[in-house]
Amino acid sequence: MSSIRQRLPVHVVLLLAGGLSLFPLYWLFLTSLSPTQYVVRVPPEIVPRELTGANYVRLFETTPIVRWLVNTVVIAGVITAFHLLFDSMAGYAFAKRRFPGKNVMFWLVVSTLTVPAQVTLIPVFFILRFLGLLDTYPGVILPGLADVFGIFLMKQFIQTLPTELEHAARVDGASEWQVYRHIIVPLSRPALAVLAIFTFQRYWNAFIFPLVILRDPSKYPVQVGLATLQGEFNTDYGMLMTGAAVAAIPMIAVFFAFQRQFIEGIRIGGVKG
Amino acid sequence: MIATAAPRRRRSLAAVLRRYGWSYLFVFPTFSLFVVFTLLPVVQGLVLSLQNARVTGGEFIGLANFEALAADPVFIQAVGNTVLYATVVVAAQITLALVVASLIQPLGPRAHVFYRALFYLPLVNSAILVAMVWRWIFNANPYGLANTALSTVGLGPYLWIGSSDQALIAVILSAVLTIPGGGVVLYSAAMGSLPRELYEAADLDGASPFSKWRHITVPLLRPTTLYLLVIYTILAFQLFERVYIMTNGGGPNNATITIVQLIYSTAFQFGRYGLASAMAVVLFGMALVVAVVQFRSLRSDVEY
Repeated sequence: MSSIRQRLPVHVVLLLAGGLSLFPLYWLFLTSLSPTQYVVRVPPEIVPRELTGANYVRLFETTPIVRWLVNTVVIAGVITAFHLLFDSMAGYAFAKRRFPGKNVMFWLVVSTLTVPAQVTLIPVFFILRFLGLLDTYPGVILPGLADVFGIFLMKQFIQTLPTELEHAARVDGASEWQVYRHIIVPLSRPALAVLAIFTFQRYWNAFIFPLVILRDPSKYPVQVGLATLQGEFNTDYGMLMTGAAVAAIPMIAVFFAFQRQFIEGIRIGGVKG
Repeated sequence: MIATAAPRRRRSLAAVLRRYGWSYLFVFPTFSLFVVFTLLPVVQGLVLSLQNARVTGGEFIGLANFEALAADPVFIQAVGNTVLYATVVVAAQITLALVVASLIQPLGPRAHVFYRALFYLPLVNSAILVAMVWRWIFNANPYGLANTALSTVGLGPYLWIGSSDQALIAVILSAVLTIPGGGVVLYSAAMGSLPRELYEAADLDGASPFSKWRHITVPLLRPTTLYLLVIYTILAFQLFERVYIMTNGGGPNNATITIVQLIYSTAFQFGRYGLASAMAVVLFGMALVVAVVQFRSLRSDVEY
């Protein structure tokens, strides 16, 4: 009982700090649900008087937001699927197998972990132009497959798996691919879940690369689309916040569904992403 | 001689492939993508920074791009803004993460789960979306939320993002006012694995909770602190979306111009790829210096 009384001030401080952090999100949803005349009220009202879905109806009718959301799901989804396959394969080889050049290759991968992504922006733009992939979906997806966080994550995890099962499978005549497919992949599920969540979130939220690579607004992912809404609706904050809300909801839902993987991901992989 | 050497080499290549083929096959897809879209671009970025590359091509001009940058007041402003933002924001983030994680630490496991989720939830959204909300909060009108909040204590209204003096302050505040959830999670994890013995010894000496925190917890967390310093500083150096959205990409009189914002506009609005690549090299150098300096000081703490 006394411990609750002692801890109460701590809870109050933490809840206030959490509330402050969450407040912009609350304000975003509140503005999106407010009738226009209340949005520009002096003083603004923190507790709503009246809610409406009118902004949402207008957003879906006047902007390609649905198209942008579908684009984002496709782009982030394809990048995530390829990362799961390729990074678990490479992670397995780097963690468990011996081959000439392995250390040099892994050292090269790790040495680029702290390179700011914008450093490669201009050369990647040139390469995509050379390949004729500017303003195409593959042009956005391919550079997304090159980030090395996943290789590192999978290698670290697969290293901790026992080797006996692999040996046993080989003795039973399993091919190398079967060892990977039927031993390594099932055992790596926890790490694959973390990798999937992190990669999907990263490319759901990606901005500068698609901004530079894509020209056609119908190909935009939702973040680039949102930025163009700002030019279109300028000071119509009701509409801007509604667009932002629609982009926020899927990520928030993913977070609530996979909280454990998010937190685990930070512990394994750090705050990157 | 050549004729006899060739088949032997081919045989040994076949042997290498038989022995290691699967390994290379496993590594090949991701490593080749990494080479084409990360490794080569890093090298090509260095090469481009020495050329006057424009939309129509370019030639080698030595260090002229870097000389031009050193004399360019806008670039110097961008570096200054970026470093100022990084210094203030990273200092605040480390402090807030440490304090919040320390407050969570003595609570029960269910409280841990709850608070970690609470502090991480605001961070799952994109920088674009977050910047849009802050633009709305810091808008110059009296119905802007920041102005209303300050008017209750008799301050303002301020122009915020509409003013060359206050725009960068608004951008910095927008970052500082969010608890860094990733740092909280990492500090919490690190605190959970600190050795109990030191605390028991301190209890015997009658140390206060604060002095235990100050003299045991904080020093033992040094590796986590250094790691977070490196990661948060490098992330802060990449500041772009916030200024792109909050202040239309640079603010009044370039008040909020940053290195990445300037790379973007120099390359993709003005087509001066060589000059922009030189800026990227400077950014790369800054990140490298931070990483090296901070990992050096991490190594030095083995002497403890």
